[in-house]
Amino acid sequence: MGSELPGVVGMSDFLLELRCEEIPARMQAGARADLEKLFRAEMSAAGVTLGEVTVWSTPRRLALIARGLPQATEAVSEEEKGPPEGAPDQAIDGFCRKNGVTRDQLELRDVKGRQTWFAVRNIPGRAVKDVLADAIPAIIRAFPWPKSMRWGAASLSTESLRWVRPLSGIVALFDGDVVECEIGGVVSGRKTKGHRFHSNGEIEIAGADDYAQHLRVHHVIVDQSEREDIVRKGAKHVAHEAGLVLVEDEGLVVENAGLTEWPVPLLGRFDEAFLEVPPEVIQLTARTNQKYFICRTHDGKLANAFICTANVVPADGGLAIVDGNRKVLAARLSDARFFWQQDKKVPLEKQAEKLARITFHEKLGTVADKVERVAKLARWLVEEGIVTSCAPAKAGASGEGVQPGSEPLPSQGLTKEELADLAEQAARLCKADLVTEMVGEFPELQGLMGGYYAREEGLPDAVADAIRDHYKPVGQGDEVPTAPVTVAVSLADKLDTLCGFFGIEEKPTGSKDPFALRRACLAISATAVSDDLRFSLRDVINNQPVLSSSTDSFAIFERIYGQGLGDAVDGQSAAGADKVKLQKLADEIIGFIIDRLKVQQREAGVRHDLIDAVFALGGEDDLVRLLARVHALQSFIGTEDGTNLLAGYKRAANILKKEDWQGVEGEIAQTGEEDPLAEVDDPDLKEVVAAKMALRRGKELSYTPEPAEKALIEALDEAEPRAGAAIEAEDFEGAMAALATLRAPIDTFFDEVTVNDEQPEKRSSRLDLLARFRAAVQKVADFSKIEG
Amino acid sequence: MGPGMSSATSSGEVLSFQDMILALHNYWSAQGCLILQPYDMRMGAGTFHPATTLRALGPEPWNAAFVQPSRRPTDGRYGENPNRLQHYYQYQVILKPSPPDLQELYLKSLEVIGIDPLKHDIRFVEDDWESPTLGAWGLGWEVWCDGMEVTQFTYFQQMGGFDCKPVAGELTYGLERLAMYIQGVDNVYDLAFNGRGVTYGDVFLENEKQMSKWNFEVADTEALFDLFRKAVAECKNCLANDVPIAAYEQAIEASHVFNLLQARGVISVQERASYMGQVRDLARGSCEAYMAKETERWEANFPGWSA
Repeated sequence: MGSELPGVVGMSDFLLELRCEEIPARMQAGARADLEKLFRAEMSAAGVTLGEVTVWSTPRRLALIARGLPQATEAVSEEEKGPPEGAPDQAIDGFCRKNGVTRDQLELRDVKGRQTWFAVRNIPGRAVKDVLADAIPAIIRAFPWPKSMRWGAASLSTESLRWVRPLSGIVALFDGDVVECEIGGVVSGRKTKGHRFHSNGEIEIAGADDYAQHLRVHHVIVDQSEREDIVRKGAKHVAHEAGLVLVEDEGLVVENAGLTEWPVPLLGRFDEAFLEVPPEVIQLTARTNQKYFICRTHDGKLANAFICTANVVPADGGLAIVDGNRKVLAARLSDARFFWQQDKKVPLEKQAEKLARITFHEKLGTVADKVERVAKLARWLVEEGIVTSCAPAKAGASGEGVQPGSEPLPSQGLTKEELADLAEQAARLCKADLVTEMVGEFPELQGLMGGYYAREEGLPDAVADAIRDHYKPVGQGDEVPTAPVTVAVSLADKLDTLCGFFGIEEKPTGSKDPFALRRACLAISATAVSDDLRFSLRDVINNQPVLSSSTDSFAIFERIYGQGLGDAVDGQSAAGADKVKLQKLADEIIGFIIDRLKVQQREAGVRHDLIDAVFALGGEDDLVRLLARVHALQSFIGTEDGTNLLAGYKRAANILKKEDWQGVEGEIAQTGEEDPLAEVDDPDLKEVVAAKMALRRGKELSYTPEPAEKALIEALDEAEPRAGAAIEAEDFEGAMAALATLRAPIDTFFDEVTVNDEQPEKRSSRLDLLARFRAAVQKVADFSKIEG
Repeated sequence: MGPGMSSATSSGEVLSFQDMILALHNYWSAQGCLILQPYDMRMGAGTFHPATTLRALGPEPWNAAFVQPSRRPTDGRYGENPNRLQHYYQYQVILKPSPPDLQELYLKSLEVIGIDPLKHDIRFVEDDWESPTLGAWGLGWEVWCDGMEVTQFTYFQQMGGFDCKPVAGELTYGLERLAMYIQGVDNVYDLAFNGRGVTYGDVFLENEKQMSKWNFEVADTEALFDLFRKAVAECKNCLANDVPIAAYEQAIEASHVFNLLQARGVISVQERASYMGQVRDLARGSCEAYMAKETERWEANFPGWSA
């Protein structure tokens, strides 16, 4: 080995181990991926072909084994075409400089009959061992740790090497030979260290093949997946031996494997008396603070057991370790029990009073202010019939109601008034647990603890459930609430947050979304769509207490609008100016929600341009209806009729644009108020438009239409009312079917009829007809937004 | 299992609280550390000791170990909680530059006080340290012994807003926790203080009761506010007169008075940030002035070093 001639392809292997002080468990997976990526990039840049690459990590080392490397890279010849013979000296000198050659190294070649200078560089093959010696320091320097540090005497300069923790050793062996390199005072070699306590001194590695085995002898399992397997199976095993069932937790498996080089799962017991604390609290304490697994008994209850993962094979079988861990857990659980007992003494209503001391946002008042607004809004959502006590129409995957302690739909059969009362009550209490001791200690338990405390004081299940679940859904894929009281509170909470922060100009920008408004949007649309809640976003936004000047949150309103309230535009009433501002704000919020909807729906395969096409109609701000229209549109566009109709639409629209033909729509716009844009949604104007259209249509043509022209008129006469009726009935497939009948007539029309006829009357009628066709299609969706 | 499980040193004895401190002193003294005495001011952690904060600045080597009584007024429990105290002891070791075998040195110190790493589970678990009031941060771990955090282990990267050049390694042992562990005791007040019958409770229980009451109920808040203002003013006075060490003492004072005001519950959430900002400015200002005063000498003595 190692004596083969350069260029002779041999199957060599390479071992790299970067040993350092304990790497945070959460960074190890990323580090493995980065190591492989950087290594492959270095090799590829140097022209080294690679076979299989394996990367491993333990808390104290990153390792890479690459196989199938050549002994040397192949010689390559690179040539670059330069200026022609006789070109100015400057040009030729420049070319030489650029290519790193001297003038006498240039070659003249014939290019299409012209003598041209070529720079030819012969790059000899390199010994891969040398390539590696350069690559190792480069990889270490370029390593993208999420956080890195300096250390030791070298850190007298800030230019010293940075690594995740002090780098202490490099093993670099190419076919068993040391690849010599040095970085930051660390010199490569074949010596490494075994387990911190089960191995003494340094151990010598012969090569890639004996590395893992040699470490194993010294109590290091270098392959993380093997350690993960030991933790996974070992935890299950010790639970089983104790007659219990492990609560599986892959995150903990990976974390414990990342904290150990020789994992040994051990089971311990804690005082049964702690089980009075809610199981989630015990699990959270055990998991986040101590990285312990927990177990259940066979009847599904939380058991008074924990499983810790030691990094040693204990001399006493683990007695001391388990006992030490038990004590730590007991100290934490007694804190938790103390909080639980203290908190239960104070009713939530009393706790909620303290919310007046917590600032929600300096411009949006205290949490108590927010709660007040949410309570009003939750009530309104019920009173308006947006949230009802009926089961949602499609309580799909999330509606199976895995909600212990309550009936699946505890509020079914309630009157609207009863439901409104419950929603308001739950909303008033939903943030009260923020001031409890338990949530102070474990912020992750917000909501959940409120639910427990509500049940403890005997509040209705629907209220307790709503308090518990009102933060849901927390992200894409999270369970969407279906219980009406919960839905009302959850929706009200998120709408208030979204509208409030938009109102004070705290919108997300780029990657910054400090108030999680994108998540709030996602939750609003997921809830509306999944629970089939029918409402106009604009109406709901207009009724936000946070944006309303008529309620006692006036102070906030004033802050939102700054001096705007006072200095109304000349000649307009202050209220009018406010209305315009409010509408602009609503537009902004709706636009934001639609943008998020596009992102959310992308996963479901819904085209964003089709959402635009439906949303662009202006009036469509009912998310459920919007999506139904989009779905119908998407299946229609996928058919042959759809594709062709789209083509016909684009052609018609192009002609109208080229001719600058305003048609009926244009005429109407002129007759409107001083600002046509502002009046687009005016229902009064819609009637005027309709009347004008009817008048137009009623006009007899002064010439005999061509058959294709007549056919299109008749098709439109038929399709327009059909599509309109279908849309009215929310039968969007029907509307599409009506549109589909236009496809053949419009195709034939374009084939057989000349729009730009010499006779002005014919031309104008036909342009009107195209405008009518465009308008008919536009009623269903704004086809101009559709791509392709 | 259960109470009574304790850890003995190689000579077989279970160390008392004071003997544990003496063992650590002997050990770190043998490693070349200066053994300093506690700083004579009230402070929240050993990191505030000028031997840590100020000495972490600049290029001069510095190796020191000391016990620092630490006060956390809000942690007081009137002597009723077996694990929480408003006054406790930290053992601090600071080694600048951080030696390459710092982890090994630390682990040996655990063996000296009776923790056998083959019987117990010692782990370095990621825990990065940051003190906004000191303008300081570092990377390191909390060291776990059988799941209990016994030491904070940090490589200082910045102090007072300045890059540490070179980096210092800081070890902070929680002495009571370690002693409870070694002695197999579940209640801090049951710790054997001297091994001759005097317990930690004999020494400190009454102190915890009275001081908890004072911290939470009695302390005159007007006087405290006044003390805070005076510390701020005096710190500025010191800075104006180029005595940064004295200025830093006032920063320590202000920081502790702020903690007391917090315990009295008279600082609102909104005001909190402003108070912390003031303390940070004092601490940073003191560090800056300390650096400025020493920079010329350091640059002369350590070629290649610059602030």
